[in-house]
Amino acid sequence: MLEAALEILSVLGRNRLRTVLTALSVAWGVFMLALLLGAGHGLENGVDWEFRDDAVTSVWVRSGKTSLPFAGRGPGRDVRFTNDDYEAAGREVPAIEYRSGAFYLWGEFQVRHRNQHSAFDVLGVHPGFRHVEKAEMVRGRFLHDVDLEERRKVAVIGTKVRQSLFGDDDPLGKRIEIRGLAFLVVGEYEDVGGEAELRKIYVPITTAQLLYNSPERIHSLVFTLSNNDLEESRLASESIRLLLARRHDVAPEDRRAIRVHNNLEEYKRLTAVFGWIHVFVWIVALGTLLAGVVGVGNIMLVAVAERTKEIGIRKAIGATPRSIVGMIVCEAVLITAVSGYAGLVAGVLLVEAIANAAIELPLFRNPAVDLRITWIATLILIVCGALAGLFPALRAARVDPIVALREGD
Amino acid sequence: MSPSPGAVVRLEAVSKTYRSGKEALAVLKNVDLRVERGEMVAIMGSSGSGKSTLLNILGILDRYDSGAYYLDGRLIRNLGEREAARFRNRFVGFVFQAFNLLAFKTALENVALPLYYRGVGRRARTRDALEYLERVGLSGRAHHRPAELSGGERQRVAVARALVTQPELLLADEPTGALDTQTSYELMDLFEELNAAGLTVLIVTHEHDIAERAHRIVRLRDGRIEHGDPTTTDEGHPPPNGGFPPC
Repeated sequence: MLEAALEILSVLGRNRLRTVLTALSVAWGVFMLALLLGAGHGLENGVDWEFRDDAVTSVWVRSGKTSLPFAGRGPGRDVRFTNDDYEAAGREVPAIEYRSGAFYLWGEFQVRHRNQHSAFDVLGVHPGFRHVEKAEMVRGRFLHDVDLEERRKVAVIGTKVRQSLFGDDDPLGKRIEIRGLAFLVVGEYEDVGGEAELRKIYVPITTAQLLYNSPERIHSLVFTLSNNDLEESRLASESIRLLLARRHDVAPEDRRAIRVHNNLEEYKRLTAVFGWIHVFVWIVALGTLLAGVVGVGNIMLVAVAERTKEIGIRKAIGATPRSIVGMIVCEAVLITAVSGYAGLVAGVLLVEAIANAAIELPLFRNPAVDLRITWIATLILIVCGALAGLFPALRAARVDPIVALREGD
Repeated sequence: MSPSPGAVVRLEAVSKTYRSGKEALAVLKNVDLRVERGEMVAIMGSSGSGKSTLLNILGILDRYDSGAYYLDGRLIRNLGEREAARFRNRFVGFVFQAFNLLAFKTALENVALPLYYRGVGRRARTRDALEYLERVGLSGRAHHRPAELSGGERQRVAVARALVTQPELLLADEPTGALDTQTSYELMDLFEELNAAGLTVLIVTHEHDIAERAHRIVRLRDGRIEHGDPTTTDEGHPPPNGGFPPC
């Protein structure tokens, strides 16, 4: 085996240019495969990242102005959600798992703890908001129903808020001042949604409403659905919309007055698009690979034609047809295996480099090569290399030594 | 009928016909030939006389249609490719007009190659190859590539390669065709020397001065062996070794 390998190496060494060109075409194929798969993976991660913030099944409902006349009322009227809408949705739409209203304290607030102060978003929410935002509690607790009932002045703060107001100190039980009112910190949360999500302060929605003297008002409603089937999710968000339309005398087809954003729908749409991109990537990658294999076969064919004499000599001094076939096939396999591996390493390194450079692109994140897939690809390549070598090899084994040797030097 | 142990080559009524489409061309017609161990025989004939075909059959590179060919007492007939290759490697050494060395290998590697196909280990190969290079007087050139050698040196390397497997029969196909007269004679000296040491040598040539250095000359014409040539003994049974001095 070693002997055969050395014999092959001496032959490959002689035809350096041809060997290098063949190797390059194969290496390029595997390199592109690794790169494309890495990019495909990056796109997939990118989509997941875009949706990392909130529950995938969340549905956001915002109110706007009516655009159509309905029930004797003209267009241009502001729709305002109330606490009753929140209750009604929970009652009448069984597909809802968690729900919350949101009451925005518009603008960023100067929030103070002792002599530290900074500006943060403050939101009045229901306890279910935690599930919508996928907030993870680091310390303490999220808001309770009791907080809302008693309109307690308690606050749950993001990790960034804690850092700028308290440093590394435990914020629980401490007071922060929002619009001149002291709130007791009862919890600290972490959110994968990124920096902006961590600069928020949640307070009981009832307290926030009281602060603004509009006890019934809700700015928007958010829900999560118990089922992540796209069709059911569409039906559920539609029934929420129709329910709200009915309650506010809005024409059923007026989509400007009540705006529904179904996260799942967006998610599925994007994943479908990326599913196709995935298929496309594979087609291109396999095409590149195939081109590499055809290249190897082609070059081996030329090599055999050019080496008729050499093969004739080998046969005359006792090479069996099998050893000739073995030699040519092994050459093809060796070229494809070594260069395929080199291409694989280069591709993986480049993908890693891109991942490490942390380039910020929309919908692109953490490209990675599934090594298992690339190994399989390399294996396929080696098998293809063997097949690519086999045809020329069988041809070589049929070389008539005397004819080959009678040809001039 | 078993061939006598002394005959290295024994052809009995060997015929070979090439067919291309409907036309059949008989290139060898009932050829009988006997070459004793230790003989040096020249085969002469014009092109188309069938001498290439005869050489191919003797070298187990081609098959024949009818008759029998015994090489060192073994019947060579209808061998598979693999067996043919093994016999070739074991019993026959080739020397060609165009030398046919592998250009990318050194003299030593060229000589060692037949042993590679016999499955001899690298170290033993190198040792044997060096020994045979020394025999042809080229041990100092072992690590040169063919391009760095003169024509005569190349042919000597080819001879060393043919001998390294210790064959029963050395087949030389126009071995001096690419050499000048001086070098040709030197090569023939080498053949004679090897022959004197017991090697059976068969030379195909069209050069009379080369052929005349053999013990006897076999002439081929139109696929038949011509009889009655003055340098050929009656019945083709010369006394072994040295019965007919070349000059």
